[in-house]
Amino acid sequence: MRVIDGKVEGRELTKKFLEEVMLIPNGEKVNMCIQCGTCSASCPTGYAMDFTPRQIVAALRANIIHEVLVSNSVWLCASCYACTVRCPAGIPWTDIMYQLKRLGEDEGIIPRVKKGHELATAFNSIIDKYGLSAEFLLMLKFYFRTGIFKALGQLGFATKMLTKGRLDLGAHKIKGIKGLQKMMAVMEERK
Amino acid sequence: MAASNGKKYTYYPGCSQTKTSRAYDASVRGVAGKLGIELVELEDWNCCGASNYIAIDARKAFVLSARNLALAEKTGRPDIVTSCSGCYVILAKAKKYIKTNPKLHKDIDEALATDGLTYTGNVSVRHVLDVLVNDVAEQRIRAAVTVPLAGLKVAPYYGCQIGRPYGEFDDEEWPHTLDDLVAWSGAEPVNFPLKSKCCGGILMTTQPKVGRTLVGKLLKSAKDAGADCIVTACSLCHVTLESYQKKVSRHLGEDVNIPVLYFTQLLGRALGLTHKELMLKDSLTHAEAVLP
Ligand code: SF4
Ligand code: SF4
Repeated sequence: MRVIDGKVEGRELTKKFLEEVMLIPNGEKVNMCIQCGTCSASCPTGYAMDFTPRQIVAALRANIIHEVLVSNSVWLCASCYACTVRCPAGIPWTDIMYQLKRLGEDEGIIPRVKKGHELATAFNSIIDKYGLSAEFLLMLKFYFRTGIFKALGQLGFATKMLTKGRLDLGAHKIKGIKGLQKMMAVMEERK
Repeated sequence: MAASNGKKYTYYPGCSQTKTSRAYDASVRGVAGKLGIELVELEDWNCCGASNYIAIDARKAFVLSARNLALAEKTGRPDIVTSCSGCYVILAKAKKYIKTNPKLHKDIDEALATDGLTYTGNVSVRHVLDVLVNDVAEQRIRAAVTVPLAGLKVAPYYGCQIGRPYGEFDDEEWPHTLDDLVAWSGAEPVNFPLKSKCCGGILMTTQPKVGRTLVGKLLKSAKDAGADCIVTACSLCHVTLESYQKKVSRHLGEDVNIPVLYFTQLLGRALGLTHKELMLKDSLTHAEAVLP
């Protein structure tokens, strides 16, 4: 058995993952994959993925899920559900992609291309604090994490939006933010 | 203002509609007013979490949606209506997950109870396009058109999350409701083969090269179809299609600039709303030049 990440074995990681997949509506159908490749052929970003959706199922069966998590694949999923509606075995692929994102997060496995993860993390910290999104703050946080010079490329866009009055520089809280934070805490405790 | 059919809807604008896509919000409310649909904004709604929250923590993401749905339940109105396809699919998905997972439902109940809310899952999640096409329907819409848009060729862009994955009110692969609505408003829907193909959304920020490739294909397909403009039904799609046309043109080595409008701006104009009321000046793609 291969040892990965210094602690979790490939088989165990796969097992943990499949247990979580079983909680997704229709998740158990992942076992029915016939490797037809319809998902990969339907995927708009599949051409850029190290592992296409079909290959991810093959990787799961071979217990090399760690390689999938460090690859660029899961965060290239744009959540378009094309694979999900076309899979002849009825596998909810998009939701499985989400589960892979969460597995990486839970196991602390850093993907080779981190930006999707960085953006989601920055976004969520804003929601936790305000209950609403805040565009400008999000961009600040994101580019601070991923390279402040990249932000220069966005300057033209930001200026245009600002002139149009479409960029909110502030952040606004919902009235029930305390209540929402309590709800979040309950979900965390009862995991 | 037209007479109401007596039905009131809970309106969930979503974060984008408060600023970035405020023209979508304004045109949705304007169209509703013209057609006698009563939209009552959900009191103290929160962000749906978009595709981000659920990618990190599903349980907390579901409580975000559950809070909105529980607040909607409290109003007694049967539908929660949103104009953003992202919010639409997130709310619908939370409902589905909570329904099939008793432990999740129990935890959600306890979480909501800390702020005096309860969730039974009896509110229907609807897209404003669905309400217009199915509740208001063809006859009333055609009858309300006062500004003819004849001769205007429109590429109806559905994006991915209006029909997928649940296909509640339109086909998952080859939807037609937006084509219908464009036709009812007097304009001409063109045959747009990529109408439900993904725009990449957030990838424009996180993976710009991939994002530009996807958007490039869409813009080119609309232009090849002979469209004068594209109409969208999702805040994220809209920003993605309108914001980077110059960069995308450079990326493709071909001019793919084309005006992008919210579908409610097109319909709103046909119903007699002014450019100002529809906030056409907010457009980054000269949308105002397309409409009479
Ligand atoms: S479409 Fe479904 S059955 Fe075919 S390879 Fe993909 S997951 Fe497997
Ligand atoms: S949902 Fe994700 S994996 Fe599936 S086709 Fe769309 S981008 Fe590809």
